[in-house]
Amino acid sequence: MHQFLFGTLPYIALSILLIGSVARYERDPYTWKSSSSQLLRRKQLILGSVLFHLGVLIIFFGHLFGLLLPVSLYDALGVGHGLKQGLAAIGGGVAGVMAIVGGVMLAHRRFSDPRVRATSSGADNAIILILIAQLGLGLATVPLSLAHMDGHEMVNLMNWANGIITFDGEAASQIEHTAMVFKAHIVLGLIIFILFPFTRLVHMLSAPVRYMWRPGYQVVRTRKGRA
Amino acid sequence: MKVRAQIGMVLNLDKCIGCHTCSVTCKNVWTSRDGVEYAWFNNVETKPGIGYPKDWENQDRWNGGWERTRSGKLQPKQGAKWRILSNIFGNPDLPEIDDFYEPFDFDYDHLKSAPTMTAFPTARPRSKVSGLRMEKIEWGPNWEEILGGEFSKRSKDYNFEGVQKEIYGEYENTFMMYLPRLCEHCLNPACAASCPSGAIYKREEDGIVLIDQEKCRGWRMCVSGCPYKKIYYNWESGKSEKCTFCYPRIESGMPTVCSETCVGRIRYLGVMLYDADKIAEAASVEGKTDLYDAQLGIFLDPNDTEVIEAARKEGVPEEWLKSARNSPVWKMAMDWKVAFPLHPEYRTLPMVWYIPPLSPIKNAAEAGKIGIDRDMPDVSSLRIPVRYLANMLTAGDEAPVVTALERMLAMRGYMRSKTVDGVVDLEIAKRVGLDPLQIEDMYKIMALANYEDRFVVPTTHREQVEDAYDLRGGCGFTNGNGCSTGPGGGKLFGSRRLVTPREAMK
Repeated sequence: MHQFLFGTLPYIALSILLIGSVARYERDPYTWKSSSSQLLRRKQLILGSVLFHLGVLIIFFGHLFGLLLPVSLYDALGVGHGLKQGLAAIGGGVAGVMAIVGGVMLAHRRFSDPRVRATSSGADNAIILILIAQLGLGLATVPLSLAHMDGHEMVNLMNWANGIITFDGEAASQIEHTAMVFKAHIVLGLIIFILFPFTRLVHMLSAPVRYMWRPGYQVVRTRKGRA
Repeated sequence: MKVRAQIGMVLNLDKCIGCHTCSVTCKNVWTSRDGVEYAWFNNVETKPGIGYPKDWENQDRWNGGWERTRSGKLQPKQGAKWRILSNIFGNPDLPEIDDFYEPFDFDYDHLKSAPTMTAFPTARPRSKVSGLRMEKIEWGPNWEEILGGEFSKRSKDYNFEGVQKEIYGEYENTFMMYLPRLCEHCLNPACAASCPSGAIYKREEDGIVLIDQEKCRGWRMCVSGCPYKKIYYNWESGKSEKCTFCYPRIESGMPTVCSETCVGRIRYLGVMLYDADKIAEAASVEGKTDLYDAQLGIFLDPNDTEVIEAARKEGVPEEWLKSARNSPVWKMAMDWKVAFPLHPEYRTLPMVWYIPPLSPIKNAAEAGKIGIDRDMPDVSSLRIPVRYLANMLTAGDEAPVVTALERMLAMRGYMRSKTVDGVVDLEIAKRVGLDPLQIEDMYKIMALANYEDRFVVPTTHREQVEDAYDLRGGCGFTNGNGCSTGPGGGKLFGSRRLVTPREAMK
């Protein structure tokens, strides 16, 4: 079971994430959107959404760099394990609180406002609750980390993540003795990966950063040259 | 010189009777769907009034359009690119649906299915968004129809700037006009500039501004970017939609639905040639009142051989050049200078222009006290204040509006004396700077307004630029997701199965 959840499931989840997203982008581009409901109700959205998105973005990049870069790189840079764990716990903690406060505001709005509730799909309702649960699990790991600051557990997690992306069949064994909260956080994370292509989450792949270096402001299209 | 062609529109407000046929036919064709019930790609407002959505002309509130920075550069009034991106999680300038109106329907079925009751059954309103009962309708499309509502509320109208508006609240001094509005298909569209996805584009061949529905991600910056508030967020599909200038009709040489069905024959369509290299310069001239002249300076004379040569080099089809020479839009905007852009101060260089309305002469003039300048009434004695029209059409510069109104009065005077008295009044034509031939042409196009004079729309020559072989088996216009109606039942990614009209009518 442990081998399945932490050795096999990651590949299933990543495959579904990748193939599902490509298939949706290719087959159903009309459904690829952020699904904003700001037009219907402004109340609670601006504060809730800004807190939630900023928090999640910080957490996302924290996980990206914290987990996927090899341990040896941090060692080479002279960043101590304890120090890195402390940074992660505090930075992640603050961002996590921002995100969960924003998330709860958004969920409250989604379920209590008659307009937003009536126009929400099942996937919209489920995904906000799942994300809040995941943020809760993530925050629950913070006191655990602060209890033992040697960075041991964190290194195990990094080795596992590194193992997964380097197709190391033994990766799951790295976190055999990790606390349940971490394991639950990982499994729920993988479930979110699986749900990703079927929900509004796909909009994060379209983050319009290219706008910054789009030449000028205007867009003109021509049919010329298509012949 | 980069010659481009665009189909422009002129609306002769002098003849608009406010019947809303344009709005209704447009709605039936384009927005009779879930999510855009509240959207009117074309709507007719009664002025003075705050309009639809509420107060749309007040850019201090909505931050639409462009602004000129201190260094003389243009940037969207809602902010430069980084500012727009930083507002992506919550757009502070986005109107709420209540600023348009909450769409509703009535419980008509109750009229048939009500049990025996002491009171007569009524059809009560119900929200189309939440499905809940709406006890009181507070606002709707065209809520201010024919000066509906108190003057104190309607007088928030932005065009009253610089006008002593209190006296127009008095019954004796009241005035009104209709303003049909649609997307302006601007030369410098603020919506396209604000779109982080780059989904909004202007078509090179005919200037129509469209939203790529498959590329739109619903970041909703275009809604706040457009100063005319003519982009609508479809709350059902999560994509923005706008007036398409009925491009499938335009491509085949037909007028837009709103123009075709206009019973007052107030709408004109024609080709305008313009110099795309001059757009940035014209949109960023310093003075607000210089923007109208700057836009006139972009248009290219279709009779100029140099322009024709340059246009041919750019691949503008011959038929388009011919249409440009017969363009009613060119005549009204450039030859006679009777048509004006709506709110040039937004710096979007709009391409739907308006002929200001004449209005009845005030009582005093009628009694012979003031204002009759020989046989033509003085425009300052007209009921609609010139300043009000100027605020709407020339950023407050009254002189061009006065000239236009005088020319329209002169046309009436000239034709009256010609047909009633049998006298050709050369004097009256000369006084407004026109010759008799021009006045008779004005009469033919503006007063008689025959179909072929109003609509000079060349067909799009797609065969010259596209390989039809690649398009075989296509299905023409669809609303997202290609043309397959696909297998029945649920779809993996939550899209709706496309329902053909035949299926829907079953």
